[in-house]
Amino acid sequence: MEHIRTPKVENVRLVDRISSKKAALGTLYLTATHVIFVENAPDTRKETWILHSQISTIEKQATTATGCPLLIRCKNFQLLQLIIPQERDCHDVYISLIRLARPVKYEELYCFSFNPKLDREEREQGWMLIDLSEEYKRMGLPDNYWQLSDVNRDYRVCDSYPTELYVPRTATAHIIVGSSKFRSRRRFPVLSYYHKDNHVSICRSSQPLSGFSARCLEDEQMLQAIRKASPGSDFIYVVDTRPKLNAMANRAAGKGYESEDNYSNIKFQFIGIENIHVMRNSLQKMLEVCELKSPSVSDFLWGLENSGWLRHIKAIMDAGIFIAKAVSEEGASVLVHCSDGWDRTAQVCSVASLLLDPHYRTLKGFMVLIEKDWISFGHKFNHRYGNLDGDPKEISPVIDQFIECVWQLMEQFPCAFEFNERFLIHIQHHIYSCQFGNFLCNSQKERQELKIQERTYSLWAHLWKNRGDYLNPLFRDDPSQTQGTLHLPMTPCNFMYKFWSGMYNRFEKGLQPRQSVTDYLMAVKEETQQLEEELEALEERLEKIQKVQLNRTQVKSKQSEPSRHSGFSTSDNSTANTPQDYSGNMKSFPSRSPSQGDEDSALILTQDNLKSSDPDLSANSDQESGVEDLSCRSPSGGECVPSEDSGKDRDSDEAVFLTA
Amino acid sequence: MEFAELIKTPRVDNVVLHRPFYPAVEGTLCLTGHHLILSSRQDNTEELWLLHSNIDAIDKRFVGPLGTIIIKCKDFRIIQLDIPGMEECLNIASSIEALSTLDSITLMYPFFYRPMFEVIEDGWHSFLPEQEFELYSSATSEWRLSYVNKEFAVCPSYPPIVIVPKAIDDEALRKVATFRHGGRFPVLSYYHKKNGMVIMRSGQPLTGTNGRRCKEDEKLINATLRAGKRGYIIDTRPLNVAQQARAKGGGFEQEAHYPQWRRIHKSIERYHILQESLIKLVEACNDQTHNMDRWLSRLEASNWLTHIKEILTTACLAAQCLDREGASILIHGTEGTDSTLQVTSLAQIILEPRSRTIRGFEALIEREWLQAGHPFQQRCAQSAYCNSKQKWESPVFLLFLDSVWQILRQFPCSFEFNENLLIMLFEHAYASQFGTFLGNNESERCKLKLQQKTMSLWSWVNQPSELSKFTNPLFEANNLVIWPSVAPQSLQLWEGIFLRWNRSSKYLDEAYEEMVNIIEYNKELQAKVNILRRQLAELETEDGMQESP
Repeated sequence: MEHIRTPKVENVRLVDRISSKKAALGTLYLTATHVIFVENAPDTRKETWILHSQISTIEKQATTATGCPLLIRCKNFQLLQLIIPQERDCHDVYISLIRLARPVKYEELYCFSFNPKLDREEREQGWMLIDLSEEYKRMGLPDNYWQLSDVNRDYRVCDSYPTELYVPRTATAHIIVGSSKFRSRRRFPVLSYYHKDNHVSICRSSQPLSGFSARCLEDEQMLQAIRKASPGSDFIYVVDTRPKLNAMANRAAGKGYESEDNYSNIKFQFIGIENIHVMRNSLQKMLEVCELKSPSVSDFLWGLENSGWLRHIKAIMDAGIFIAKAVSEEGASVLVHCSDGWDRTAQVCSVASLLLDPHYRTLKGFMVLIEKDWISFGHKFNHRYGNLDGDPKEISPVIDQFIECVWQLMEQFPCAFEFNERFLIHIQHHIYSCQFGNFLCNSQKERQELKIQERTYSLWAHLWKNRGDYLNPLFRDDPSQTQGTLHLPMTPCNFMYKFWSGMYNRFEKGLQPRQSVTDYLMAVKEETQQLEEELEALEERLEKIQKVQLNRTQVKSKQSEPSRHSGFSTSDNSTANTPQDYSGNMKSFPSRSPSQGDEDSALILTQDNLKSSDPDLSANSDQESGVEDLSCRSPSGGECVPSEDSGKDRDSDEAVFLTA
Repeated sequence: MEFAELIKTPRVDNVVLHRPFYPAVEGTLCLTGHHLILSSRQDNTEELWLLHSNIDAIDKRFVGPLGTIIIKCKDFRIIQLDIPGMEECLNIASSIEALSTLDSITLMYPFFYRPMFEVIEDGWHSFLPEQEFELYSSATSEWRLSYVNKEFAVCPSYPPIVIVPKAIDDEALRKVATFRHGGRFPVLSYYHKKNGMVIMRSGQPLTGTNGRRCKEDEKLINATLRAGKRGYIIDTRPLNVAQQARAKGGGFEQEAHYPQWRRIHKSIERYHILQESLIKLVEACNDQTHNMDRWLSRLEASNWLTHIKEILTTACLAAQCLDREGASILIHGTEGTDSTLQVTSLAQIILEPRSRTIRGFEALIEREWLQAGHPFQQRCAQSAYCNSKQKWESPVFLLFLDSVWQILRQFPCSFEFNENLLIMLFEHAYASQFGTFLGNNESERCKLKLQQKTMSLWSWVNQPSELSKFTNPLFEANNLVIWPSVAPQSLQLWEGIFLRWNRSSKYLDEAYEEMVNIIEYNKELQAKVNILRRQLAELETEDGMQESP
């Protein structure tokens, strides 16, 4: 709390991003964990909550007649523009947030104070929900070819790897240690995914320290061992996910890539995925496009192209597709690496696994996939997502890209995934929120040292508890597409990759489809389930009554069934929405500013009610268009499905237009 | 003329048909007066049945004695026929060319087509202007039907019956017609029951350079305003274009002469600019060689989505004037037969729940496009593959359908129809066995005696068996105005039209099926539960009766 210079500023304006006409007047609060804006409008009192850890940049702009503008950009792509009347207050808020958004110790992060009111046992069970040992067992391991190795016990060989690793049976400790010395950060080749149908594996590592000519017998033996572990194929692919030029440049630094001359029976392949710096800049450029105020179609498409973002997404997908084909069609094992083997390698291995194995397309399986390929194998969450104050050059949207790849697949295979878009969006949100301990730190070792599991809660348990919100109603667990590999065309079908406005413009509800097919179908399915139950009950009673009548025993059965609600039509009445600014710059319509309530809002923010409020609801943004929220279509009586961006957000525009 | 003269080789064996996503088929190619048919020899079932009028362009190539004809269709499909024998190939190619470009309408297939289905409801009488007017007349007495154009003498592109302000007599209408482009005097397009405001449409006023005015015109449109109210005139052209039009005798309403009206200029493109946009877009969609970036820039360069955005924005603006500002509007561009109709019809989609039903949408097409005199014959003569630059082709109607699709995508539960209805209308506007889209206006259709000689598209569509294909399972009546987003992030390429032949829709079809199953199963259970509940209630009252005495 010592970093908060001013806990409360009144008469702050929250500017609407889409139409500049409307700005909500309210009070801004700074707490130890959140920035909170509460609107004055007495009927709504809309609250916008932003976690400090979500704050990406804070920009203080030149003071104008109306006040001092403060722009807060969030890592979950929310953009908040505030106008603070006094320059001094703005400065205080700015300075406070600069510090609050860049914690220096893990202990400052929200997960250490977040308390979802679960007891110890529940917390421990939560952490046990996803179990990687179980996952390796599910893959059919250990078997005749692969065994669990204890070589990395106490992180002795590689401190960014987990302790539980699968390696070929023929790879001795000597080979492993030798190989690890020939690999960047000692990240030697280990198993990532095992395709038990044909004994083919996807392995991962970092780049070899080959320089221009160096060799390492043990490393060569390691690759041989991997090849021999899949007896059906006489070669393995070595996929270097970097552009060839980058890999070659690395040779000068004593690193590099495998030479087909030195390693027998490998087929070497470059797949040009750009590095984290290119990706960071690309996202930056794309977000600038998303931020444009009423862009033309050309501005938008040109900017999207110029950002290169979809080209990068496609490169990652192409790599994943290549590997999935090698495994399922050619029956050849693949060793994947990039430089350190924790960014592009994680992306590519997980995309390939997702294509190959329907298990990863289920809710739990997807959690397992992230736990395995990202968390356990030392993807540097802290550095990449800037949880603690650090080198800004380490920050890069690596897992965001993977999450987008999944969304692109969901668009192309609508029945293949058990989960829906909201699931992906919430995972993305929590990678940055630091509300749960799962994504803290840079490696398993660090997490163990911090005793994360004893001190924080697991996101997976939270998501699993609310799994009803995350189901894809179209998911089919029987037919062709969930069985085995998803087949994507290798030919360049560029038009398959689309801009994901549900993610990058997700706080601008006005830009999203106004009715959600997913929510509608979920409501129908829920009702169907109730109907099934009722049908059964009715049949039972009918049978009973018939029997009773047959026996002429006159027992009066009570009419207890309430009359059913008629379908889902009630909530449709709320399909109110307001037009956007269609008139452009023309002054044909006088702007109608909402009558601002001047009453002071007296909100008491105790730490207690802070904690009790569902943090998932904290991400409200002010929106242009108050369209009906179809998540309210739950047949059980209009109760809102909790979702982090629907929530209590009632639109006031309608009223403004009507009273005007 | 006999078709036989044009068909030099009616039949060739061992022709191989290539289509994307299908294995090649070898079979016998037959040419008839209106169709190109390929049937595989194995089981003698037709593999391909293509209307000549659907053919937009053909290319031919030779490798030795093997000829190849590439057929590019108006629905953007591209198929390839390998024909053994150079002479056969040349004959087939020249026959196709001749048969696909017949210049006499009466030789077109609709005049020969005999339906195989029983006509339950004759579509030619499904949407009579009198019936449409009845929907309004219950709400207002300020409007009347006028038969002034009975002989098509006042306005050749208007239908015989139009709706005009009650206060204006036919004599005044005749005078106004001389002051409006193509005789298209202002008529009622839509009456907003919620507040009594209206959308009118017309051609541009013929003010010319010396600012000609017409008292009757001013009186007519003022007659639509309530006391003390102002209205908006939406000119679909930018101001400079409207100004330039004066040199050719056209122009726009001077504020001095129409003081109660405020003019708004928008810029919806017309004619060849739209046609070129379509050609570029289809080219980009068919070119699979370029990389991701190239795709986006070609999509951008086509400007297609820019046109969609402009059209939708103007329609939203019109709807906003009506619903939010409580003001009546008059819409026109130059002729009032293209962009004007896009705007009036889309505004109705936004405002009027009825136009989002199947029947209501058909009525809208009939009223705002066919009877309103959109020159379908000219606009849809050629499609995206046509090389000869003719002046009149323009995908105006396709842009309208695409705009409807964009709204449908944003409000997937608010339309009674699905994407298939829009795709079907696109196909039939360009090539059809039905007479509905023949001719450029009602006058031409009358002369062609289409009602007597051809079948209406609506007769076919409105059969229950066909309707089910076009019904949106997610539909729930939504009586509110629906405001779409026109931001570029919200506009998407209509894959169902433009990538239809370039991507497999297998998984999307599966998803649609699954959706239908979920909803059907729900309805089935609902019905069962209702039956049981009734049975139970009956049994229980019987029970009660037995008990009471």
